[in-house]
Amino acid sequence: MKKSTALNAPFQPASFAFRDVTKVREIIARYPKGRDQSAIMPLLDLAQRQVGEDGLKSAKPYGGWIPRAAMDEVAKLCGVAPMKVYEVATFYSMYNLEPVGKYLLQFCTTTPCWLCNASGVLQAAEKHLGIHVGDTTDDGYFTIMEVECLGACSNAPMVQINDHYYEDLTPEKMVEILKSFRQDVIPPSGPQNGRKGSMSIAGPTSLMDQAKKAGVI
Amino acid sequence: MPKLKINDQDVEVSPGTSILQAAEQIGVEIPRFCYHDKLSVPANCRMCLVELQGAPKPVASCAMAAGDNMVVYTHSDKVKKARNGVMEMLLINHPLDCPICDQGGECDLQDQAVAYGFDRSRYHEHKRAVPDKNLGPLIKTVMTRCINCTRCVRFGEEIAGVETLGQLNRGEDAEIGTFIETAVNTELSGNMVDVCPVGALTSKPYAFKARPWELKKTETIDIHDGLGCNIRVDSRGSEVMRILPRLNESINEEWIDDRTRYAYDGLKKNRLDRPYVRDAKTKVLRESTWEEALSVTASALTSTPPAQMAAFAGDLVDVESALALKDLMASMGCSNVECRVDGAMFDPSVKAGYVMNSTLEGVERADLIILVGVNPRHEAALLNARIRRNWLDRRVKVVLVGASAELTYPYTHAGTAPKDVVKLAQDYAGKAKYPMMIVGAGVFKRPDAMALHALLKDTAEKIGCLSDDWNGFNVLHMAAGRVGALEIGFYPPQPLAIEQMSCVYLLGTDNPETISRISKQAFVIYQGHHGGAGAARADVILPGSAYTEKNAIYMNTEGRPQMARKAVDAPGQAREDWKIIRALSGYRGAPLRYDDLSQIRARLMREYPQFDLMDEVSIGSWDKFGMSGNVLDQSFHVTVEDFYQTNIITQASDTLRECSRVFTRGETPLAEAAE
Repeated sequence: MKKSTALNAPFQPASFAFRDVTKVREIIARYPKGRDQSAIMPLLDLAQRQVGEDGLKSAKPYGGWIPRAAMDEVAKLCGVAPMKVYEVATFYSMYNLEPVGKYLLQFCTTTPCWLCNASGVLQAAEKHLGIHVGDTTDDGYFTIMEVECLGACSNAPMVQINDHYYEDLTPEKMVEILKSFRQDVIPPSGPQNGRKGSMSIAGPTSLMDQAKKAGVI
Repeated sequence: MPKLKINDQDVEVSPGTSILQAAEQIGVEIPRFCYHDKLSVPANCRMCLVELQGAPKPVASCAMAAGDNMVVYTHSDKVKKARNGVMEMLLINHPLDCPICDQGGECDLQDQAVAYGFDRSRYHEHKRAVPDKNLGPLIKTVMTRCINCTRCVRFGEEIAGVETLGQLNRGEDAEIGTFIETAVNTELSGNMVDVCPVGALTSKPYAFKARPWELKKTETIDIHDGLGCNIRVDSRGSEVMRILPRLNESINEEWIDDRTRYAYDGLKKNRLDRPYVRDAKTKVLRESTWEEALSVTASALTSTPPAQMAAFAGDLVDVESALALKDLMASMGCSNVECRVDGAMFDPSVKAGYVMNSTLEGVERADLIILVGVNPRHEAALLNARIRRNWLDRRVKVVLVGASAELTYPYTHAGTAPKDVVKLAQDYAGKAKYPMMIVGAGVFKRPDAMALHALLKDTAEKIGCLSDDWNGFNVLHMAAGRVGALEIGFYPPQPLAIEQMSCVYLLGTDNPETISRISKQAFVIYQGHHGGAGAARADVILPGSAYTEKNAIYMNTEGRPQMARKAVDAPGQAREDWKIIRALSGYRGAPLRYDDLSQIRARLMREYPQFDLMDEVSIGSWDKFGMSGNVLDQSFHVTVEDFYQTNIITQASDTLRECSRVFTRGETPLAEAAE
């Protein structure tokens, strides 16, 4: 994933303040005194979610991202140079440094998913939305990102939409899911082919007793 | 004490030593890019891999602590293969542009590629390219050459205290950058060029000017501040091409500040390269000959009564010249000599009262640092770097009395005037074991200087700066020539009434505090290397040499004598300063009794044996100095308004004028404005 370098872009707000001050205090208090920089990552996440909440209410919706002012605010709260926060924020693909769509689609295209037709799923989404990887739809609803392994290999292929995994996809299923999101109806996450969790589609083949106890068969 | 075997050789090292350092102790060099003696250890370049018996894989020797009974091979086949692999990886994205790269010839990557590089590339994909960054008027970047060793980032963080540079993004997109475009605003930025092991960061003023192998290297010392940083002057023909730091753990370690490094273009501009005499009729300075200039000067000196004559030694004057001038004045029965030309009239009678008694290395021992009327960042950038390190290591408490300053460590601002210093004595008495008081020499530019000097002495004693093994009273001078001149007694018994002098000899003196007091009728002789306020006022100009053009002794603010060596010839008819004075004494018919440098040095060391111990600090005894009296309730003023424009050489330097515009005044850099 190519990170944004257009950081002096005009859409950067001039200032940023956390709304949930209690939460900020709680996050910083999690770490030993003098180790405030450990709070950088959860605070960045909090900032991203706060911006995302505002985005939902906006006329043209957008998803969570971290403005530069927010990074500076986090640096101030953690008592480090802003550069330290920029380094962290640019390193992780989880942090968006420019506005994204209301629904952020993160397609896994690493080997196991790819072997299970991840590229077909991705292409179906691109064709349906009329955009390519890295782009956002004009209505502000969707952004497509290509990411490395998200750790759901047993349910390949998969896509992460905002905070949820949609697994065992087919190109057709993908389009259905997108249509549903376009109506702001959130379809149930998880495997899309009827399988439970990550067990075999035909039901458990081992550890039957435990499966019974857990109530899956 | 761990004992280990490196290449079948036994070595015992202190605990915590890395394998790389242990190998260095027995003279085994391990290649490295990211490791630097003075910086933290990130172990990200992997070039220093060694074979450690029992370890499944090669280990990074810079980050692995030497342990007891380790068996290490630094040059086995396995190691060679590992390093070849690392080198191949580093070169995948490194452009093959050595012929147009300024680092060529002194590049770590180039040198090590000779030893470990593969003679062809197996990489057929596109090389990555990284956009260049604009880091200001001093550092030129070609970021595609960067191997992401992060030395510059760590230098900024750990030494300079400005975290502008960082390692951004990840994987193939990883790059060194500022995130938001901004210049690297630190007075130590030039050192980032030095620590860069490749040609990613190079010196902007030196770009495409010379190759390292065509330069003559002269080891000398710097005169832009009072520390006497050790430098190497690289010259070609009669031109100074660049200035680099030289290792001296007691003074500058291996850094120098940007004023020292980039002032050299000022040595080529606005020079006094021939004698001038003010025409009696037109009242305009005209070019002249040495014969005329010296005889005019000699007759002026001879015709003036000694009591109406005065000589001044300026900020950049070496000890030999000052001594020759003092001898010349003495031969005429005149004791009106003065080196406190900036008007800082402290008491020069006791050495311990005007030098840095704790020494620079003492900064690391201090557990309380009190700054009085000084901005160490501007007046001695490397002293500031030492204070910062003490703060990083031990969170030393720093207290500042004087104008508030932007320092690279937190400090308590305890007021601005002498009365606040008195209060400090109550607040901090006995609180610290090694308290250090650093007084900027500039604070004495006030009428109550003598009383202030005594007050500061009392305060230092009350705080506990004086003990059997510690003297924490320090005066920090900006002028490189000041302490040396004071040591040879270049000051008058009573403050001079400059206004009443009818003949004034200015040796490298351009300070307005002195010049403005000279009477309109006085005959003024200016001897120096740059045209400035002094030369403008002069009736005779005798062209002298700058610090790169003479063999001379300077004494730094600690009282440490050091030898400067001649790197290039002085321009035109300019001569070494002490020789001019010696020639002048001949024109007066009473020649001084030394004909060459060794004789004048013999004369110097006979009378002032402290100059005999080159590079050593001789400790002065603590005695009474200053005068009791009323201290005015007047705030300390700022001594250095502009770090980049502090003396006549920096004022002639285009590079530093540009720095002053960009960094001090925050204007747009010229290059950008033109675009």
